[in-house]
Amino acid sequence: MLNSSLKQLSALLAARKISSTELTGAFLERSRALNPAYNAFITINEEMSLAQARAADMMIASGRAQPLTGIPIAQKDIFCTKGWLTTCGSRMLSNFISPYDAGVVERFNIAGAVNIGKTNMDEFAMGSSNETSFYGPVKNPWDSTAVPGGSSGGSACAVAARMAPAATGTDTGGSIRQPAALCGISGLKPTYGLVSRYGMIAFASSLDQGGPMAKSAEDVALMLNVMVGFDVRDSTSLQREPEDYTRNLEKPLEGLRIGLPKEYFVKEINDDVARTVEAAIAEYRKLGAKTVEVSLPNTKLSVPVYYVLAPAEASSNLSRFDGVRYGYRAPEYADLNDMYRKSRAQGFGAEVKRRILIGTYVLSHGYYDAYYIQAQKLRRLMALDFAEAFKQCDIIMGPTSPTVAFNLGEKSSDPVQMYLSDAYTIAVNLAGLPAMSIPAGFGKNNRPVGLQIIGNYFAEAQILNVAHQYQLVTDWHMKMPDPL
Amino acid sequence: MQWEIVIGLEVHAQLSTQSKIFSGASTAFGAAPNAEACGVDLALPGVLPVLNRGAVDRAIKLGLAVGGKINSPSIFARKNYFYPDLPKGYQISQYELPVVEGGSVRIQVRQDGEEREKTIRLVRAHLEEDAGKSLHEDFHGMTGIDLNRAGTPLLEIVSEPDMRSSAEAVVYAKTLHSLVRWIGICDGNMQEGSFRCDANVSVRHQGADRLGTRCEIKNLNSFRFLEKAIDYEARRQIEILEDGGTIQQQTRLYDPDKDETRAMRSKEDAQDYRYFPDPDLLPLEISESWIAEVESGLPELPQQMRARFERDYGLSAYDASALTADRDISEYYEAVVEKLPSDPKLCANWVMGDISGYLNDEGKFFDNCPLSPTQLAQLLTRIKDGTISGKIAKEVSRQMWTKVRDQSATWKRRNSELEENLADQIIEAQGLKQISDSGALEKLVGEVIAANSKSVEEYKAGKEKAFNALVGQVMKAAKGKANPAQVNEILKRTLAE
Repeated sequence: MLNSSLKQLSALLAARKISSTELTGAFLERSRALNPAYNAFITINEEMSLAQARAADMMIASGRAQPLTGIPIAQKDIFCTKGWLTTCGSRMLSNFISPYDAGVVERFNIAGAVNIGKTNMDEFAMGSSNETSFYGPVKNPWDSTAVPGGSSGGSACAVAARMAPAATGTDTGGSIRQPAALCGISGLKPTYGLVSRYGMIAFASSLDQGGPMAKSAEDVALMLNVMVGFDVRDSTSLQREPEDYTRNLEKPLEGLRIGLPKEYFVKEINDDVARTVEAAIAEYRKLGAKTVEVSLPNTKLSVPVYYVLAPAEASSNLSRFDGVRYGYRAPEYADLNDMYRKSRAQGFGAEVKRRILIGTYVLSHGYYDAYYIQAQKLRRLMALDFAEAFKQCDIIMGPTSPTVAFNLGEKSSDPVQMYLSDAYTIAVNLAGLPAMSIPAGFGKNNRPVGLQIIGNYFAEAQILNVAHQYQLVTDWHMKMPDPL
Repeated sequence: MQWEIVIGLEVHAQLSTQSKIFSGASTAFGAAPNAEACGVDLALPGVLPVLNRGAVDRAIKLGLAVGGKINSPSIFARKNYFYPDLPKGYQISQYELPVVEGGSVRIQVRQDGEEREKTIRLVRAHLEEDAGKSLHEDFHGMTGIDLNRAGTPLLEIVSEPDMRSSAEAVVYAKTLHSLVRWIGICDGNMQEGSFRCDANVSVRHQGADRLGTRCEIKNLNSFRFLEKAIDYEARRQIEILEDGGTIQQQTRLYDPDKDETRAMRSKEDAQDYRYFPDPDLLPLEISESWIAEVESGLPELPQQMRARFERDYGLSAYDASALTADRDISEYYEAVVEKLPSDPKLCANWVMGDISGYLNDEGKFFDNCPLSPTQLAQLLTRIKDGTISGKIAKEVSRQMWTKVRDQSATWKRRNSELEENLADQIIEAQGLKQISDSGALEKLVGEVIAANSKSVEEYKAGKEKAFNALVGQVMKAAKGKANPAQVNEILKRTLAE
């Protein structure tokens, strides 16, 4: 049952072979056993989860079940969840019980899904290894000496270790795709504007996008059906006809044109990753796809551009955490400014402070034009690169991350090395495009490798089709670590 | 040496929307602290701003009324600074591309005893949200924060430094105050802070082409304070310069109790607000059809109405300006003229004179005047047709006022049968009708001549004053009800016989 697809679980629930209460209980039991060692969850609240499960059972009994009714879903702790501690991985919010539900959480509630717990994450989603969390690092279920990736490392770990059938994540520069790759699961970052940001604690507003993390493309599609939708409370939310993201899963790939950016297959990529990705692409050729080399010439600038824009927005977004109205306040202070200083000095971790400083600097008088404006122009060029590439291909493929999961502590003292682990994912956020990572095999030390599939705007159904067809002929997504 | 004072104003007009500019919370004044602060106003983690269309409508209205350019797209920007009553740690405002750019306001200024028109150019008008309030009293070494005001929509209207005296600045502020109320975008309530001014003041030698260093005086919430603060500040700067000193660019506060301005912060410690476009709000596109829709709801503007009053009603510039001081008086006046189109000047005199006086005594304004334009017009018609004299009319109007004063109904909201013929009722009941019967008047004149032979002799000896005394006697005998013109005519004729 732990390795069942969402569709299978839904069928079991519908046939009354199992109740949501039993299903939820089973996953809670697994979390009880595994979470102390892997630290995937910041908050587990069995009582609240089981109450939701009982409500779901009533929905099923009264014939009002929807596809995800009764299915346990882990929520990244960046989504405000009414009555739940919502920390964003930070000491700053270590006492914050949200009085309201995020748009995404609301949609899962309406769908009758069960919140199985709030997952660990890099503090305010700033990190690529989950080591910046105030609640301690998450361990990779394939190898507990390795990082799970980040920032959605808790969600990736929870799904990979089968503590949850599926989870939500958020992706600002790769925070869904990179941990999905490092933990051997599937994760999709949708087109910017498809998933409501209301109640999703902002890191970099123009880049942040929520999305699903699950074992397979099919599961991701079912999750996406729940998550996508216009939200009037988010001015950047897009008003579009609802679509069924499972509708194209079964389409054959004959004639698909896969673009391979030459900038993605360079010496920076580790051999094991390169070999695995090439094998995956060979599999696609067998499925009838053709490959064509494309170029994304400005991709090399994506990391520096990102580390101007994202910190700029973050420095302003995080100003509200001032110890005045909620959240952490230093126990002792002399006056107002001292309260701000001490509350923020004690409430934020090192990486968050580093980015607030960078962001404050690049927005400062005299530097704004040289950094912020310049970076915005390059951001536009990167979007144009993709537009050009998509004239020659239907889909772009490459590695999700240049390496397999690195060891805990390996890069935590070298921020630039850490930032480079998102080199292949960041440009997608800058352009606002949808992209997915799916498991494609294993590299060094038997650690998972992810294949990144990038689509054009609103091409989620196509990306999922491409991923699903691969998963029909391979079983990497069914591989399960043995964390016990 | 002659000094010239140079003034530019930044006016914050609170827009009259029901809800806040980026949240659904109410903007009503006077609620219990923080009762009208929702999650967005509190800046909870994860909340997002959504622009209130009504605030944009009002900004467009102002833009059209001052002949400014409506920008599309227009951009919202974050102004970053820390303060406990600024929940997000930034204020959403506009920096580059405000909703309105340019435009002007024409004001009536008095110079060398003569009224003339002056144009004050506007730099821009931009939308922004208000902050909350910090309450320093009552909390024993702590500060209370009330976020009810946080997120209230403001339109900041920035003028060029086109004013040359505190009096001009006050006239401009009053004209703008009347304009924002006229077009219905702001209630103008200065006590509640709905209309506040910051004044940029500098001085220079008469004729110099470069501007002096300016100081900004913050938060002036009455026209009197605006005038006094500018006067004080100009004096202060002139004294410094005449003593050989230089002006430091500063932000200053006016203390009405001491009638002086005090330095708040200088340019050196001015903050870097790190403005950047708010990524939570898309560029605001204002279509031609949106502008057209707002334009169609725009009333005739005071300037246009003033010109029409002068042209169509033959009023003086002064009268036309007084009758267009706000929409309520102009509306009332036009309703009176509608009933008595033959004499707009008489209507003007009464509206600006007696009726304004009565309202003033009651602390009321024309919008809730209990005396209806029809009632007033009937009274004025009785003057015109000679039924009563102007003097009696004043007496009748006083009685009419006493009758309607305490009723709750106003001329716009009547609750029962109208006594539109109130003037006639009073004239009739008290027999105030003028004696126009020439036979009766001739009889009275005869009696007065017989009883005042001394005055008659004086008059015949050429003393004009004696004639007036005789008229007075006739009027007295008639208990004031005689038609004065007729009395004059009969008296003259009789004495000449």
